[in-house]
Amino acid sequence: MILNKNKRSNNNPFYDETLKKRHKKAARFKAFTLTSLVFSVLFLVFFLSDIVGKGMPAFKQAYLNIEITYNEKSLNNTRLAVEKKYRRLISRAWLRNIPRQVRENPSLMNTTSRQWVLADDQVDQYLKGHYSKLKKKDLETVKELTKYNFLRLSFTTIFFSNGDSKIPEYAGIKSAFIGSILTLLITMAFAFPIGVMTAIYLEEFASDNKFTRIIEININNLAAIPSILFGLLGLAIFISLFGMPRSSPLVGGLTLALMTLPIIIVSSRAALRSVPDSIRQAGFALGLTKIQVTKDHVLPLAFPGILTGSIIGLAQAMGETAPLIIIGMIAFIPDSPSSFVEAATVMPAQLFTWAGMPERMYIEKTAAGIMVLLTLLISLNGIAIYLRKKYEVKW
Amino acid sequence: MKHSFTSKNRNTQLKEDAIKTLLIVASTISILTTFGILFSILFEAIEFFKMKSFWYFISGSEWSPGTENSKFGAVPIFAGTFMITAIALSVAIPVGLGSAIYMSEYASLQTRDLLKPMLEILAGIPTVVYGFFAAITVAPLIVKGAAFFGLEATFNSALASGVVMGIMIIPVISSLSDDVIRAVPDSQRKAALALGLTQAETIRDIVIPSAMPGIISASLLGLSKALGETMIVVMAAGLRPNLSWNPLDDMTTVTVRIVDSLVGDQAFNSPETLSAFGLGLILFFVTLVLNIISLNLIRKFKEKYKVNTL
Repeated sequence: MILNKNKRSNNNPFYDETLKKRHKKAARFKAFTLTSLVFSVLFLVFFLSDIVGKGMPAFKQAYLNIEITYNEKSLNNTRLAVEKKYRRLISRAWLRNIPRQVRENPSLMNTTSRQWVLADDQVDQYLKGHYSKLKKKDLETVKELTKYNFLRLSFTTIFFSNGDSKIPEYAGIKSAFIGSILTLLITMAFAFPIGVMTAIYLEEFASDNKFTRIIEININNLAAIPSILFGLLGLAIFISLFGMPRSSPLVGGLTLALMTLPIIIVSSRAALRSVPDSIRQAGFALGLTKIQVTKDHVLPLAFPGILTGSIIGLAQAMGETAPLIIIGMIAFIPDSPSSFVEAATVMPAQLFTWAGMPERMYIEKTAAGIMVLLTLLISLNGIAIYLRKKYEVKW
Repeated sequence: MKHSFTSKNRNTQLKEDAIKTLLIVASTISILTTFGILFSILFEAIEFFKMKSFWYFISGSEWSPGTENSKFGAVPIFAGTFMITAIALSVAIPVGLGSAIYMSEYASLQTRDLLKPMLEILAGIPTVVYGFFAAITVAPLIVKGAAFFGLEATFNSALASGVVMGIMIIPVISSLSDDVIRAVPDSQRKAALALGLTQAETIRDIVIPSAMPGIISASLLGLSKALGETMIVVMAAGLRPNLSWNPLDDMTTVTVRIVDSLVGDQAFNSPETLSAFGLGLILFFVTLVLNIISLNLIRKFKEKYKVNTL
C-alpha cells in the first residue's frame, strides 16, 4: 500500500501527486493552441478592417463648385477657364477635358457656368484629414469654399470607369481589370484542357510505371516551385525564344497557365477518382470502349469537381503578381487593352505600381483596388464552394 | 456484315489511339515546364558564371552591380533571405501548428466548420496584398514600437516583412498539419487516454510524434514558400544587400534582387541582368530539394497509416 501525505486521496492507491500539475499543464497547452488560432483570426479581422478603412475613402473624392468659363482663351489654355486662385485646387485632368466638352456640346462656347468640378488630390487629402502639400494661400481658399459649402466629398465612380493615370485623383482600376480578364482567358484556355487531359490520362489510362510516377512527382513538385521562377521561364522562353510581345496578356496568360496547371490536375484527379468503379464496369459490360466510358460517363460525373478545382486555380492565378512583373506587365497602361498582344497590366500588378507611388492618394486607391480584388477572389471561391455543395454526389 | 463491323471497329480503334496519344502529350507538358524552368535558368546562369566567378558568387560578401568593377558576392543576400525566412517560420510554425492542433483535437465540428474557412481566406489573399499591408501598416507600427523601446528601426525592416510573411505561411502549415494529425488513428489516442494520460499529454507524446513526418513536411513546404516569396519582400524589405544580425535593419533577399535586376533597363546580356538567373538557379535547387524531401516524408506517412485523403 502506498502511503500518501495528501489526506484527500488517502483511500486511493492510484492517486498521482503530480496530477494537479499535469492538469494545469494540459490547460496551458490547450490555451496555447487556442491562442494561436485566435491570433490568426484576429489578424484577419485587423487586416480586413485596416484595408477597408484605408480603401473606403477612395470611393469619395473632393469636388469644388466653381465658375468655369468656356471661350477661345480657355480652349487654348485650359487653365484660364477658372479664376486664378482656384487653379491649383482643381484637377489638371478635369481641365484637360474642357476642349472635349465643347466639342461634344458646342452651345457651351462663350458661356460661364457654375458647376461641380473634380478637385486636385492635395485638396482631397486635406479634406480627408491627411497631410497635404497645399500652400497657405490655397488653404485659405479651401476654407472659404468650405464655408460656403462649395467644397465637398461626394461619391464617385472614377475608380471604376478610369484606367491608370499619373494624376492620382483621376486613376482607376478599369484598364487593369480588362487586362486581368484577357490574361485569365488565355490562362484558362490553356490550363483547363491540358490539366483535365493530364488528369484523365493519369487516372484512367496510365498504368503504374516509371513514366507515370515521374509525371506525378513532377506535378507535385511543380506546385511548390516559387512563382517568380515561372516568370524567369516566361522571360527566357516565351519572350526571348519565341519572340512573343513583352508585357502582353498572351505571355502573362501562358505563364500563369503553367502555374495553374498543377492545381487543376490535382483537383481533377481527385474528382475522377471519386467516381465509383461500378460506373465504369457498367459501361464496359455494355460494350463501350474506354474512351467512350470516360467521355460519356466518368467525365460528366466528375465535372463539378473539376470545375470547382479550376475555379480555385483561376482565383490563384488572378492574385499572382511576381511572375508578371518579371515579364514586364507593370507598364503604365492608361487605356484598356483590346487585344491579347498589346501591352497590358493586371490588377495585382497595378496595385503593386500604385503602392510604390509617392502621392498619398495612391495608398487609398491601392487599398480600394485590394477591396475589389478580394471581393472578386472571395466570390470566385464562394462560387466554387456553392458548386461543390450543389453537385456533390454521395456514392 | 462482318466486314463492316470490323472496319467500324478499326475506325474507332484509330480514334481511340489518337485520343490516347493526345492525352499523353498533354501530360508531358508538366514535365516540359519543369525542364523549361530548369534550362531557361541554367543557360542564362552559365552565361553569368562565364563572366563572374561562381566561387565568389557563393562565398563573396560584396554585391555591387552597376559599378565599374562590379562584384557579385551573394552572401549578404543569402543572409537577408535567411533572416527574413527565420522570422517568418518562427511566427508560422508555432501558430500554424497550434491552430492545427486546436482544430483537429479540441474544437467541436461546428467550430471547425467556422474556423477552417477563415484560415482558407488567409491562404487566398494575394501576396501583393500582404506586401502592401506589410509596407503601409506593419512597418510603421514596428518603427513606432521600436522607438518606444528606445531602438531604431528602418521602414524596410526585416522584421516587418518576416512577420507578415509568417502570417501568410500559417495556412500552409496549419492545413497540412491538420490533415496529418486527423489521419493519426484514433486507437492511439484511446489507448493513451486509457492509460491515464491527460489529453494534452496524449497529443504531445502520442499524436504529435506519430504525425511528425507530416508536420516536418508541412514546415519544409512553408520554408520553401518563404524562400520563394517575392511580393512581400519586394514591397516591404530593402534593396540593399546588408550583412547584419539586427532584424530591425533593412535587408534584401534573393527574390528581391531577381526582380530588381530584371525590371531595370540594363541590356539583357549584362552581368547585372544575368545575375538574376544565377540567383534563380540557387533558389530553384534549394526549393527543389526541400520539396522533394517534403513530398517523400508525406508519402511515407501515407504508406504507414494507409490514408489516401492527403
